[in-house]
Amino acid sequence: MTEPLLSIEHLGKRFRGLQALDDVTLELKQGEVVGLIGPNGAGKTTLINVITGVHKPSAGTIHFRGESIAGMRPDRIARRGIARTFQIVQPFPAMTVLENVAAAALFAGGETSLASARGKAAEHLHFCGLSDQADKPAASLTLAGRKRLELAKSLALNPTLLLLDEVNAGLNTAEIDHALELILSIAARGVTVLLIEHLMKVVTRAASRIVVLHHGRLIADGATREVMADEAVVEAYLGRRYAARLAGAGI
Amino acid sequence: MNPRNAVLAIAALAVLALVALQADNYVLRLATMFGMYATLAMAWNIIGGFAGYPSFATAAFFGLGAYATGVAQTNGVPLLLAWGCAGLLAAGFAALLGSAILHLRGRYFAIASLVVADVLRELTNSWTDVTGGGMGMNLPLIGGSVVDDAYVYLAAMLILAAATFGTSLWLDRSKLGVALRCIAQNEDAAQIIGIDTRRAKTIALVLSSLFAGLAGGAYASWVTYIDPTDVYDGALSVKPILMALLGGVGTVSGPVLGALVYLGLEELLWRNLLDFHAGILGLLVVLLVLFLPGGLRQLRGRGLVGWLKGRFAR
Repeated sequence: MTEPLLSIEHLGKRFRGLQALDDVTLELKQGEVVGLIGPNGAGKTTLINVITGVHKPSAGTIHFRGESIAGMRPDRIARRGIARTFQIVQPFPAMTVLENVAAAALFAGGETSLASARGKAAEHLHFCGLSDQADKPAASLTLAGRKRLELAKSLALNPTLLLLDEVNAGLNTAEIDHALELILSIAARGVTVLLIEHLMKVVTRAASRIVVLHHGRLIADGATREVMADEAVVEAYLGRRYAARLAGAGI
Repeated sequence: MNPRNAVLAIAALAVLALVALQADNYVLRLATMFGMYATLAMAWNIIGGFAGYPSFATAAFFGLGAYATGVAQTNGVPLLLAWGCAGLLAAGFAALLGSAILHLRGRYFAIASLVVADVLRELTNSWTDVTGGGMGMNLPLIGGSVVDDAYVYLAAMLILAAATFGTSLWLDRSKLGVALRCIAQNEDAAQIIGIDTRRAKTIALVLSSLFAGLAGGAYASWVTYIDPTDVYDGALSVKPILMALLGGVGTVSGPVLGALVYLGLEELLWRNLLDFHAGILGLLVVLLVLFLPGGLRQLRGRGLVGWLKGRFAR
């Protein structure tokens, strides 16, 4: 068996009185797409924040490619190959779309000059369907555009592991379909993806495995179909009616 | 160098030639002040404009530079070496200061940086043995005729301004410059794309302090008498910000333009409205922030009338 790409053991994060993450143990293998679901406030974004170094863990260990990254600074973790998107998009508003992505390519994507970073950025924009907007200020993009910009920026880091925090929240159906295709083609490149998502349609199509957080604890981890049928998950998150509909649809 | 910068450089040279031909003491003093103001405005712009950290510590670096030069010169250190001490002391101090307060953001950083000059002023006041305390300190004359000396300090300030301009120009196109702009716009996102934000911010503060400290050193030698309230004056922190605001924060040539306009206004107001000049300056700040947050260059291409029409047509 190969060594996991990301290995989290007994991870805990406490904010004063609030135990946001409690004894979370999780492994991601190279090339997997894993869905991370759970009710609001379950600790999903906190988990991503701890993995990417935004918060320091209160307990437990995180190993990426066999190396401990727990408590490391975010820029160092980014340069090691972990990219993320933000649930609330975080562009550099006064820069153009191209400059946003070029900056990412320059600092963690291994590009050595501004010119080569811009070239690489143009490729990522094309991939994400943003070529037409390349020279507009990032602040002028629609929400769907900004979400795609977040994706392009994170791809510019040449990540081995990509953490997607609700890239589909707030998008309409057509935009979601487009985003889903993007996620699938990113995964097809061999990038390991951890996908936080409320839309079960996206999770079930993109992910081969699902993990469920509830009150900061991992309550399920397994193949998509098994987890969807899990009694605790139905109770905590999916709801009985939805589970019945899924079962009826033969998923 | 793009055409606009070339035009600016030619204009600056023309002004220099004029000054050299018309050796009027008043004009010489104004031109030297311009060099100093432009240096301070560009120095502030590195941390306050490029990195977006609203520093009020310019007076602290300026005062440190002035006293470093004062102490060095009275102990027989040659002029250029004394200025070197000024730059080094200010930069070294900024590196330490940065590690203490650069993790603060926005207004918290501004407040922390605001008290630095006050602390240094008090220290200078009470360290009488070395600094002369509140009595101030006399610096030795460099020993030429009055007019010759004036030219020496004019040249020093203008060369310093040119060096600061060159540094800003380089910064604007460098990788570090990109990092600073990212930090200014969204520091969390900057970290996530792999920018070592602490390092970039510290370098920006050190560069800023280096030029402010050198300006303080040159000022001290020029005026030959310094005291704590003069060189740690809070106005020295505020004026460069105003100049940068006037010309365009975060741009390369904006602070130079701002320094020129500000110096002109200051001269006009000092002369004609002696009892209300500070009030007018205050009003100017308010008007700038409200109507021209991007500086005078926002007017460009439209003219003042076109801009006013645009504002009131809405």
